[in-house]
Amino acid sequence: MNYTWNWGIFLEPSPEGTGTYADMLLSGLSWTIATALSSWVIAFCLGSLIGVLRTLPSKAARAVGTAYVELFRNVPLLVQMFLWYFVLPEVLPGSLGSWIKQLPNAPFYTAVACLGFFTASRVAEQVRAGIESLPRGQRMAGTAMGFTVAQTYRYVLLPNAYRIILPPLTSEFLNNLKNTSVALTIGLLELTGRARSMQEFSFQVFEAFTAATILYVLVNLVVIAAATLIERRVAVPGQR
Amino acid sequence: MTDSPITGSTATPAPAAAAQAAPSDSGLQPGTLIEPARQRAPGTAMIAIDAISKWYGDFRVLHECTTAVAKGEVVVVCGPSGSGKSTLIKCVNALEPFQKGQITVDGTKIADKATNLPKLRSRVGMVFQHFELFPHLSITDNLTIAQRKVLGRPKEEAHKRGLDLLARVGLSAHAKKFPGQLSGGQQQRVAIARALAMNPVVMLFDEPTSALDPEMVGEVLDVMVELAREGMTMMVVTHEMGFARKVADRVIFMDQGEIVEDAGKDDFFGKPRSERAQTFLSKILQH
Repeated sequence: MNYTWNWGIFLEPSPEGTGTYADMLLSGLSWTIATALSSWVIAFCLGSLIGVLRTLPSKAARAVGTAYVELFRNVPLLVQMFLWYFVLPEVLPGSLGSWIKQLPNAPFYTAVACLGFFTASRVAEQVRAGIESLPRGQRMAGTAMGFTVAQTYRYVLLPNAYRIILPPLTSEFLNNLKNTSVALTIGLLELTGRARSMQEFSFQVFEAFTAATILYVLVNLVVIAAATLIERRVAVPGQR
Repeated sequence: MTDSPITGSTATPAPAAAAQAAPSDSGLQPGTLIEPARQRAPGTAMIAIDAISKWYGDFRVLHECTTAVAKGEVVVVCGPSGSGKSTLIKCVNALEPFQKGQITVDGTKIADKATNLPKLRSRVGMVFQHFELFPHLSITDNLTIAQRKVLGRPKEEAHKRGLDLLARVGLSAHAKKFPGQLSGGQQQRVAIARALAMNPVVMLFDEPTSALDPEMVGEVLDVMVELAREGMTMMVVTHEMGFARKVADRVIFMDQGEIVEDAGKDDFFGKPRSERAQTFLSKILQH
């Protein structure tokens, strides 16, 4: 292999004229984190709602939940990204479509929406699994105490279900964080996108992607540490 | 009238005379399946179960069940497994829907679309076979959450009521623990206190001791006996015939979704009329 290593490249100014290559990667990282967190808010809230719908007695509610999950988890994320970014503004009424296209940070908002709706389908399945794993008597006990359906979920089912699904939910958060890299295809200047630009400008492909890899791993380790803390915090005394 | 230690309300002692329309005085011949509910004047019953039937698909779980529980009465429901006794008791607070008939609890019709079921259920205490305490909440929170969220009681009042009841069932020391840290018997006593905290007009027990280790059955039954003696209206699905003999006013025997026998305690144990009840009793009293 005929490759000249140059680890000093990170301190050299990037051709964009604003800072070094390291700054470029770090700005990518901050977009990655911003996208991941924002889309997670949508994924968690919407996913919980859809997951709950799939466990309600009402057939109509369950059908809506199932339709959502099957739609969003059966279309590749990349295709969804293109649909949101290229197709949606065209099929929306003219003024709305062009408003979206002219948004200052259109790739960011699109990526947040796309990832949020996609990941929600996966969160929904976990929430459903968590609720269904609880003993049937828990719902009955809540109901028998006089709780409404909403109160039974709020005070009995969800607090227990979330505790059970915390580990897979952490994985889902990590997936969502890594999935932000797909947004480079619609022009979001996130970490993978910035590593690619760095490689194209400097031809130091190994350094660029080594740095990106390390940054992804570091961020994920922080997430895992946080999840472990939360798990300990919400652990119920007397339970395994 | 005495101020009762567990329910905290004044209650008349079990009106055995009114409740127990003694079959021997009713003029019916032995062997007749009487329906005591029909014999009482409507309006006096705390629970009136009127000809309810329930199907799971084609399978009939309950068939034309009719009975009633008067205020202050203790009724034990027994029968072989699969006889529909748990289903019947769950129909009383509408945990299980039924397709035909009507149940009236303290004047409120369950199979009436206008009935506010959560409100009705908050007045009917229920104790489950597997306790079903909320595992993520401390014992105190288990005792207070429904008081606060359903009845809207202020925190202090709910706490006081919850802790008073916890003391009555002898578990004050465990207020800060979580359900997983208590034994089965202790959990079931907390579950009874939790139901009582809502000041129910009637208590339903669905096999409250059958998931317990034998040495813990006694402590739970003691609480139930106490409750019965204070005049609480109770409907109890159980195989504990000792309990039935001690405090029941009536015993209902079910088989294959039907109420086969509905008689005063002494009649039921003394001379069960139906062959099925005789067989059942001979099996379970042998041991």
